[in-house]
Amino acid sequence: MKIDNSLPLEYSTEENSNKILGFWIFLGAEIMLFATLFSAYFTLVDRTGTGPTGAEIFEIAPVLIETILLLTSSFTIGLGIHAMRLGNKKAMLTFFTITLLLGLGFLSFEIFEFVHYVHIGAGLQTSAFTAILLTTLGTHGAHVTFGLFWGLFIILQVKKRGLTPETANKSFIFSLYWHFLDVVWIFIFSFVYLKGMM
Amino acid sequence: MKWALYTLLFTIATLLTGCEPLMVLDPKGPQAETQAKDILLSTGIMSFILLAVIAILIVMLTKYRASKQRKDYEPPHIEGSVLVETICVGIPVLIVIFLSIVSVQSNYKVEATPQGYEDKEPLIIYASSSNWKWHFSYPKENIETVNYLYIPTDRPIEFKLYSYGPITSFWIPQLGGQKYAMSDMVNTLHLAADVPGEYMGRNANFSGKGFAENTFHVKAMSEKEYEEWVKEVKKTAKPLTENKFTQLLEPGHLGQSTYKGTHLEFLPPPEGENGGHNHGSTHDAKAENHEDLSETSSESEHHHE
Amino acid sequence: MDFFNRFAIPHPSPAIYASMVAIGITVIAVIAGLTYFKKWGYLWREWLTTVDHKRIGIMYLISALLMLFRGGVDAIMMRAQLAVPENKLLDAQHYNEIFTTHGIVMIIFMAMPFIMALMNFVVPLQIGARDVAFPRLNALSFWLFFMGAMLFNISFIIGGSPDAGWTSYFPLAGTEFSESVGSNYYMIAIQIAGIGTLMTGINFITTILKMRAPGMTLMKMPMFTWSSLVTNAIIVFAFPVLTVLLLMGTMDRLFGTHFFTTTNGGMDMLWANFFWVWGHPEVYILILPAFGIYSEVISTFARRNLYGYKSMVGSMVIISLLSFLVWTHHFFTMGQGALTNSIFSITTMAIAVPTGVKLFNWLFTLWKGKIEVTTPMLYALLFIPTFTIGGVTGVMLGMSAADYQYHNTMFLVAHFHMVIIPGVVFAMLAGLTYYWPKMFGFMLNEKIGKWSAWIIAISTLLAFIPMFFSGLDGQARRMYTYSESTGFGPWNMVSFIGAAGLAVGFALIVYNIYYSTRYASRDIAADPWDARSLEWATHTPVPAYNFAILPQVNSSEALWDAKKHGHELFPGKYEKIHMPNNSGVPFIMSCIFFVWGFSFVFSIWIPLILTTIGIFVCMGLRSFEKDHGHYITVDEIKETENNLRGA
Repeated sequence: MKIDNSLPLEYSTEENSNKILGFWIFLGAEIMLFATLFSAYFTLVDRTGTGPTGAEIFEIAPVLIETILLLTSSFTIGLGIHAMRLGNKKAMLTFFTITLLLGLGFLSFEIFEFVHYVHIGAGLQTSAFTAILLTTLGTHGAHVTFGLFWGLFIILQVKKRGLTPETANKSFIFSLYWHFLDVVWIFIFSFVYLKGMM
Repeated sequence: MKWALYTLLFTIATLLTGCEPLMVLDPKGPQAETQAKDILLSTGIMSFILLAVIAILIVMLTKYRASKQRKDYEPPHIEGSVLVETICVGIPVLIVIFLSIVSVQSNYKVEATPQGYEDKEPLIIYASSSNWKWHFSYPKENIETVNYLYIPTDRPIEFKLYSYGPITSFWIPQLGGQKYAMSDMVNTLHLAADVPGEYMGRNANFSGKGFAENTFHVKAMSEKEYEEWVKEVKKTAKPLTENKFTQLLEPGHLGQSTYKGTHLEFLPPPEGENGGHNHGSTHDAKAENHEDLSETSSESEHHHE
Repeated sequence: MDFFNRFAIPHPSPAIYASMVAIGITVIAVIAGLTYFKKWGYLWREWLTTVDHKRIGIMYLISALLMLFRGGVDAIMMRAQLAVPENKLLDAQHYNEIFTTHGIVMIIFMAMPFIMALMNFVVPLQIGARDVAFPRLNALSFWLFFMGAMLFNISFIIGGSPDAGWTSYFPLAGTEFSESVGSNYYMIAIQIAGIGTLMTGINFITTILKMRAPGMTLMKMPMFTWSSLVTNAIIVFAFPVLTVLLLMGTMDRLFGTHFFTTTNGGMDMLWANFFWVWGHPEVYILILPAFGIYSEVISTFARRNLYGYKSMVGSMVIISLLSFLVWTHHFFTMGQGALTNSIFSITTMAIAVPTGVKLFNWLFTLWKGKIEVTTPMLYALLFIPTFTIGGVTGVMLGMSAADYQYHNTMFLVAHFHMVIIPGVVFAMLAGLTYYWPKMFGFMLNEKIGKWSAWIIAISTLLAFIPMFFSGLDGQARRMYTYSESTGFGPWNMVSFIGAAGLAVGFALIVYNIYYSTRYASRDIAADPWDARSLEWATHTPVPAYNFAILPQVNSSEALWDAKKHGHELFPGKYEKIHMPNNSGVPFIMSCIFFVWGFSFVFSIWIPLILTTIGIFVCMGLRSFEKDHGHYITVDEIKETENNLRGA
């Protein structure tokens, strides 16, 4: 395995730089995935059938909390990667842990939100609108859940194996994923919630 | 000049297929005629392209076969030439532009009241499909038929299409092309018949088990005959009750039948305030209602004209 | 007992029972054979766990040929049913199932793996790489595709086939109108295979962008590699749409949502739109690699460089962009109005321009060449006129007003078969014959090969030209029968004869494989066709590491340069080579996916939850695994190279 020391650790081998490019392409596919969900959402948003409209069920407080938690986590993982570049393993692990805790907080609020929707009669089967709302949010939430496990595995590996080209690469890719989820959330926040509440 | 070309193409098409002309190329109404003209025109141009390609291929193959060349012949290295590429792009672009103009013009023709019929009052017919039947409601005349359609000639006809169930496609090839009938919106299809006659109509979009037999019979007749028929129906036909219509909606095949009154009154089509996103509430309640009813009346009647 | 009732076929027939028996016997025979010849270990070590792109390519190839058989049997049954009016061979339900599975099998489980087979085998060799960027992901892609295909194929003996057409339009495919589990199979099997395809897309883009031989700039890549790059880019952008679409379809069918239903705000048109937003690019995913194969074959056997390389690349890129802008032409008749139809009519016809450029470039590649008509070249030459028929009728279909008359008729069926068979199938057969010696170390018989090419080409015309006429005469597609008075009889009879001819042609190809395996000479050169690009520069059979020394390239025809202009292809000396390790995880994970899919289809929730956990455990294990591959030493390379050179 040839290691090029002039590059950051996460890019230092050919395999590593392949993986990062591959992951960017994967994110391209993910953008299409969410774009499709969004276009389905915009098509079905007014088709509420017998069910409630968005304005009737959205509540600003939990959504704002979710947004703040996720945006902060995106910031802390950035700090984590910065620490990784400086070779500070302990700081990096701390920031990664904070990120995952914030993510967990986000997820808890989202689950709470879902339970609330079902409770007030906006379940998956209520109408085309509620179905696409819960599917879009759920797909994002499933991504976050997956990210929590993934991040946990990476923390364990960095802890055990130290900062090697391999673990640095994994951590960096994970941070791309996490930022991406944040970007998707910004779209959800603006175009699903804010637009829906207006 | 243009007419001579069309006549020639029509003749060739007719000769090619024996004595019976192909249905689509034997139009009996202005819309079908527009479409048949487009089809023949594009077939002509496309045949020319096909022949050109085959000709070039034959020339290349006869001139440059290995067996026709010296043993030590080394083919040269040739990059593309800008001139040749420009021609290769230019000619297709010109053809596409020409066809686009034709296509766009025809689009607006087939989506409007047929040419030559603009000043006449259109006859509105709601054509709705259910598995695997067609229901034709004449709202103004206040009559409804199943699986057959009587229309006057020399009068534009506006079909309002929708479906109780899978997407279907309303198609009378000799009067004009098809359009979808769907459950959550009403589509409008403009047709007209120039000459009296009997035409085949069918659902062209696959809709399940009974699809192949999902046809209807179209008869175009003079305005006078048509009026008489309407009068006759109003006098003799049984009224269409909600109960009866629910029976008709049940999946299966039915013969032809005729009713006084239409289902539009008690089961409005998915248009206006009943269309799109709003139809969930009203329509849903109705649908449930119908399921209950259909359980009690399971036998289906066959009426024949 | 209730539990088992769900597995019963809702619509049995003697043919299905016969297939059940045949499948049972085949499975037993395969298991017995493997046990008797003690080949389980070999199968596991060399194939099931392999991450070698060449072997994965060959496995794709075998799957594609198997699926071609399945789809072909469906086709013959359909044409036989329609050969005469009011035929009683099949009933409506059976016919509906058959045309549905024919479409899906041929497009998703035959044509796709066929192009994947050639891409896997050829692309790394053509760019002078030792494998793809992510070899293990590649194995996972294959096994997911394979398990998806198997899951789909058992539908007709367990629970019932899908019967709503390959487009599976809702609400017909919803639970309201399709109660059997058939459409569940559709949603889930294609989902599993689709995930595999998406990963292939990512893998090959990375491979092509990052692992090209030194000196091979983008504009010096061979045309097949270019077509693969463009194709995989389309895959990455189109397949996520399918993922979401199938997810929504699954939810409608299994969780009672109202995306596409007739009530509670559901919108049937959304399915049609999303389906074709994926479906139309999918057509180009199939055709572009085929164009790549033709470019290679025509240039090789015209003994000339490809005419207009730059415009070939440019036209592919333009086609790939346009492919996302034409989906509405699949339903001009949905009532979008004249303006929308006009716009999509123009974009549709515009695709004819870059396609025409490619066609003329191939013709001009023949110009001043020294044309040798081998079997692959024969396919390519037969492709040009037959594909043109398909192509120009496509332009005719693009004229939306006229499309109101073509839509849903046999005219349309004739058009897309005249595009896909000459475009994709001929190309795959050309590619198969062309690359066969590189794959297996012997040539296919040329005489039998040419016979089959001619028979297939003529039968294609016989089978599909009549459909143009019966379509214009009012024969709708997907009708299981028609009355004699319609006059469709003779057209369909000719079609049936053509279909039978196609069956003969394919049988001849199978015979050719058998015949050549037995009798062909094993003593062939590494470059038996006197070709031009890198895949022919390495030995036959190709060693595991592909190239002992990475090739140095300075044009798109590196091998030709080396042969004719004294270009030094392999400068430098042997160095140890890093290779990935084999792994059983992709196979095992895909097997779990199969059980997952099966449980999903039949809504058996406990195994579904267990297998879901199993899938994530596999991914977790992969995360923790330390696998740095292995090295092939210089001595081993020397030994291999000497053996191959001696042979």
